[in-house]
Amino acid sequence: MKIKNIFTYCFISSLFLFSLICIWKILVTLQGIELTNFNFNKLFIFGIILCVINLLVGNKLNLNIKIILLAFLFSIFDYFISTNLPIWYSFGIFLISLFFFNNIKDYDKNFLSKNHSSQKLFFNFLTLFGITLFSFVILFPFYMMLVTSFKTQALLLLNPLDFSINFAQGLPELFKSYFIVFKDYNFGRYMLTSTIVSLGTVIITLIFAIPAAYAVARLNFFGKNFLSTSILIIYLFPAIVLVIPLYTIFSQLGLRNSIEGLLIVYTATTLPVAIYMLQGYFKSIPKELEEAGIIDGQNWLGIIFKIILPLSLPAISSVALYVFMIAWNEFLFSLMFLDRPNTFTLSRAIQFLNVGAETPRQYLMAGSVVVTLPILIIFVYFEKYLVSGLTAGSVKG
Amino acid sequence: MSSKLAKIEKRTAYLLILPSVLLVFSIILFPIFSNIWISFKNVELKDLRIPEPRAKKLVKSIKENPNQIKVIYKLRNSSLTQEITDVKFKDKYPDNIEPISLNNKCQFKSNLLKCELGNWPKKYRENLEIVFQNTNNQEIFKKELKSYKPKLSGKSQNILLTYEFTLNNFKKVIKDKAFIDLLSTTFYYTFFGTIGAIVFGILAAQMVNQKFFGRTFMRSVLLFPYVAPVVALAYTWELLLDPTSGTLNNLLINYQIIDGPINLLGQKYVTLNIFGFDFKLRLALTTVIIFEIWRYFPLAFLFILARLQAIPKELYEAADVDGANPIQKFLNITLPQILAVISILFMIRFIWNFNKFEDIFLLTGGASGTRTLPINVYQQGFSIGDIGMGSAVSIVIVVFLLIFMFIYFKLLGKRADEN
Repeated sequence: MKIKNIFTYCFISSLFLFSLICIWKILVTLQGIELTNFNFNKLFIFGIILCVINLLVGNKLNLNIKIILLAFLFSIFDYFISTNLPIWYSFGIFLISLFFFNNIKDYDKNFLSKNHSSQKLFFNFLTLFGITLFSFVILFPFYMMLVTSFKTQALLLLNPLDFSINFAQGLPELFKSYFIVFKDYNFGRYMLTSTIVSLGTVIITLIFAIPAAYAVARLNFFGKNFLSTSILIIYLFPAIVLVIPLYTIFSQLGLRNSIEGLLIVYTATTLPVAIYMLQGYFKSIPKELEEAGIIDGQNWLGIIFKIILPLSLPAISSVALYVFMIAWNEFLFSLMFLDRPNTFTLSRAIQFLNVGAETPRQYLMAGSVVVTLPILIIFVYFEKYLVSGLTAGSVKG
Repeated sequence: MSSKLAKIEKRTAYLLILPSVLLVFSIILFPIFSNIWISFKNVELKDLRIPEPRAKKLVKSIKENPNQIKVIYKLRNSSLTQEITDVKFKDKYPDNIEPISLNNKCQFKSNLLKCELGNWPKKYRENLEIVFQNTNNQEIFKKELKSYKPKLSGKSQNILLTYEFTLNNFKKVIKDKAFIDLLSTTFYYTFFGTIGAIVFGILAAQMVNQKFFGRTFMRSVLLFPYVAPVVALAYTWELLLDPTSGTLNNLLINYQIIDGPINLLGQKYVTLNIFGFDFKLRLALTTVIIFEIWRYFPLAFLFILARLQAIPKELYEAADVDGANPIQKFLNITLPQILAVISILFMIRFIWNFNKFEDIFLLTGGASGTRTLPINVYQQGFSIGDIGMGSAVSIVIVVFLLIFMFIYFKLLGKRADEN
């Protein structure tokens, strides 16, 4: 057993335990519980002691009993150095330390005497640490978005760290921000507009893209190579360089403040990627199937509808979902083209809420939840399709 | 026979791609070219409104004579800057009514009042009064008179279609003292945003590539910031980072990590003291870059993970036999395998971050040293209202973009040759 390995083991393990505890403490603080010290010194040293004990006990005790005992010891220690904290806090500490000791139960004298074991250990903990940290950093804003929408401005001014949800006040009171957002701020209407625009974009894009993608994938014509490279190049042009000319043209044609105008622009901007994604898939369909169709006397339209479409449903659904996501999240064009509230999309409406007179933040966050939730639900539900859409279309974003 | 088939095939192909090509051409390519046109013109936001001749119709009864009625048209040019030429006026009247007297500009024929009102200078206002009498001694219904709306038409010069060009916009863009600062901010933002996203993408991909409980869930969660709408995320961050009521500042103060609140999005510089040297860090810009990384590392993650999963396991097993440590394995096996993906990813993300508008616009609006080129397009075009200037800045962006694309396709071509 090498001293260096033992040292790394104790130091890193305890640091990892401490960082887990920190995240837990931050979450507890946000429930309005007064907690002003991470107690780094005490917890870190005690963590090291427990890690050494874990090492010394080794396999002499049943592993499960060892884990529970160590976790229990740690929670008791934490309970004594911090005061006036609710019992669920300590229970959380117990669960976290249970998780931690479960992870280090396999490290014994044998493991630490091997070569590279300190590096291996370091990377194991880095992975664990990374997973917790990444999840925390990513989910934290979403969590805050959700809990803020359940609070009121007055309560937040009183204690800006209290995000506890008071279930005792009853559901109508709890969801008050949502009622107000839908009733007073007309979010129902905006949601409808957003849905119409997004679904419309999906449908029109597919109607335009499927024939074009088929032609690029299968048919021979002059300028085919030029077309398929220019699709990619066009796709790389950003919205910001289109905004001024489109604004001038649309305002002179009277297309601003209209859903039609938005549909045209969204379709045109998503069309290149849709064609690009679809033609790649169409190429992978065996040509023999089409030849069989031709022998059966099908024309091009029949081949597309009866052979290509049914076979490429997965690709079409991932294109559809991807286009839906782009259209639903789109902000720049809706900011430029819409300035009358009766044509707002959700994104534009939330921006309008924020810029307009002091809107209480819970309404802003309720609005944000309303725009975020549908897309996250769709994402989680259709993840497989959307991920393949994202990878194929990810040159843009 | 075969040439006939080929002909049919060709015709079908053109038919199938035509709608898409037309749409993309009119909405994407045409605007890019009209950008060039507009950038050489002196156009402002208020010039975009086409001047219209307008008339408001008032109907007044005359007390002394109930058989007569006075119609007043309040004529005006809606534009404050432009002339309207050749204004024509048309209005309809009911059957039993005719004008008593008309000036020489107007004619009354078969219930129609037609006038040639000539040229209206900018800000033009005038009243046109005509007295009517009834022909059959019946009461004149004011409401009926009012229900007809006058129709006006006129010609005006559309400033966008004239052949007057100027180089002023480009001169202003380049001579602007802030231009160098603008460029450096844009490159700083783009470069660090891209590098950060890729580094975190590699880290995340390495993590998720290992087996652990809840791995698929983790993969979904990692993609959340990329999938969710930017508006919601930017405002959530803004609330989190707010100096007075924001959660982050309050947490840090609560745990005595900082003494007073830091305005992460509103402070241009912060002085850091490292080893006795004072460093000036651009605080707001750094915060915006962190947001950028947070939002776009999932994409790099997705790409790199896909590549990592394709690396044959045997390579690692062989390395284990040789007794390689994790760092050696990463440097000698993983990194060479993902290098191709990373370079392509870098180029694509670089191009996209260079043009990123929404994130900065929503977080800071371009204030406190976060003004990049795309933000400048918006500010010139819509905040200041100088469309020509905005277009000129767009052209600068397009030029950079073309350079990047050239490099990108060179790289892509080279990569294709190697394989």
